[in-house]
Amino acid sequence: MSGISFYVVFFAAIFTNNILLTNYLGMCSFLAVSKEVKTASGLGMAVIFVMAITSVLNWLAYYYILLPLNLTYLRFIVFIIIIAAFVQLLEMIIERVSERLYASLGIFLPLITVNCAILGASLFLVIRKYTFVSSFFYGLGSGIGWALAILAMAGIREKMKKSRVPKGLAGAGMALIIAGIMALAFMGFSGMLNIT
Amino acid sequence: MAQLLIGIAAVCGVSTFLAVILVIADSTIANYGEVTVIINKDTQLKAQGGRPLLSTLMEQKVFIPSACGGRGSCGLCKVKIESDVGDYLPTELSWITEADMKENIHLSCQLKVKKDIAIRIPEELFNVKEYVTEVVSLVDLTYDIKQVTLRLTEPQEIQFTAGQYIQFQVPEYELTSEPVYRAYSMASQPSRKNEVELEIRLVPNGICTTFVFNHLKVGDTVRFNGPYGEFHLRDTNRDILFIAGGSGMAPIKSILHNMVEKNNTRKTTYFFGARAVRDLFLVKEMREIEKRLPNFTFIPALSNPLPEDNWKGETGLITDVLDRHLKRGDNLEAYLCGSPGMIDASVKVLTKKGISEELIFYDKFA
Repeated sequence: MSGISFYVVFFAAIFTNNILLTNYLGMCSFLAVSKEVKTASGLGMAVIFVMAITSVLNWLAYYYILLPLNLTYLRFIVFIIIIAAFVQLLEMIIERVSERLYASLGIFLPLITVNCAILGASLFLVIRKYTFVSSFFYGLGSGIGWALAILAMAGIREKMKKSRVPKGLAGAGMALIIAGIMALAFMGFSGMLNIT
Repeated sequence: MAQLLIGIAAVCGVSTFLAVILVIADSTIANYGEVTVIINKDTQLKAQGGRPLLSTLMEQKVFIPSACGGRGSCGLCKVKIESDVGDYLPTELSWITEADMKENIHLSCQLKVKKDIAIRIPEELFNVKEYVTEVVSLVDLTYDIKQVTLRLTEPQEIQFTAGQYIQFQVPEYELTSEPVYRAYSMASQPSRKNEVELEIRLVPNGICTTFVFNHLKVGDTVRFNGPYGEFHLRDTNRDILFIAGGSGMAPIKSILHNMVEKNNTRKTTYFFGARAVRDLFLVKEMREIEKRLPNFTFIPALSNPLPEDNWKGETGLITDVLDRHLKRGDNLEAYLCGSPGMIDASVKVLTKKGISEELIFYDKFA
């Protein structure tokens, strides 16, 4: 698997192996923050950024700390600590640097500290034995894939406000059905690339 | 065994390393230095920057009313900002109306103070403090109204105007998972500086009243903040009319005792509405005040007296009683305290009698 070139990994992560629609990871914030395109895009940007950077950080932690010490079974704990600390640091920096960036993006950072898609991406890149460069593009691609899915969802849900949804299905129920249909649609890409 | 220790050491090492980075970042990147908060153009406070306005002010002993404790879930801590603080945060938007935006009103619990800031708050808030108190007595005034007396321990004295209210803090218990605040008028007069007396009526399933009736004991510690409110006796020469029902007695009692102490001689009439004799309380105390205030009359009125009450006083709804007693053109100033229904109905009668709405003051208890 490590032989796959990074751009294949990148596009596969966006389309054929979309972390949200094929692995169903990161569902909670996907459902909670997909009511408006504007907020969804803020969260999407935050996920792209955090996923790309934490993939690289966790790759380093795995191959330079955990593997040499034979501690790979601790990867869950170590990865989540690194993600949490990085997100915290990022929030401080954004808050300091730009008011507007903080208002549009920084506010979502605490939300994604515990987003399972972020941890999931770090775990996948270890399982699939990606190289350092591939890991970065995998993280970036997964983030873009996730952002694409939530943006599509928010767009659909904005339109849904005007339609009459059966009462029992309104809200999360309808959102899950839409997510399912979107996942089916993304299966259409599956023949193009394969990385698993 | 060695493997286990290496594992523990590795996790500790990584955590410590990251914690150190965060601590350094916190004191450099997130360090906004000292900022100045200018309140109402004249008061200047120095504070450590980088924290929400609400807690920054609280640290400086300026209390903004807030019910959720700064979580952005009650929308009460609105403050008008007079300097540029940037756009609204998504967490504020659900509470901010268009009118608020024009005035640049923000939620003080969400707005972080990162640079010098100028704000405007009502003058009365300067006097608001948080008090730690001890329950010294709990008396049943009627079957559903309790008199709660709190002795102030920290600070030991309170300054307020008769008629004002405080926000009583209900701690976490079975009906609430976070502290909540409920407003109660002080029934004690301002000269009783180290005690506060409240009259609390049982509301079925009410978070605060259930706590007071079922859980509060003498000796317990209670916190409140205050004083708040614009309900106080205006300094004029007009005759005074008090109208109250149920626990609306509290602020009127405070004002009356204050009048006794100040030897106020204005002609004063107090209509108190209740259903039956079992809803009446403090009648003796009011009769006592009648003896000490030469121009004061207390008129209790019952809407549904029971046969065994042998009631010889006024009967009927408080509005009917008012209608009978008031004459058109009386030079009156009215102070009302009670349920919204009673107040709205009474205001109608008063305006019908020619009393202008500017001379009708009230505290509504929803």
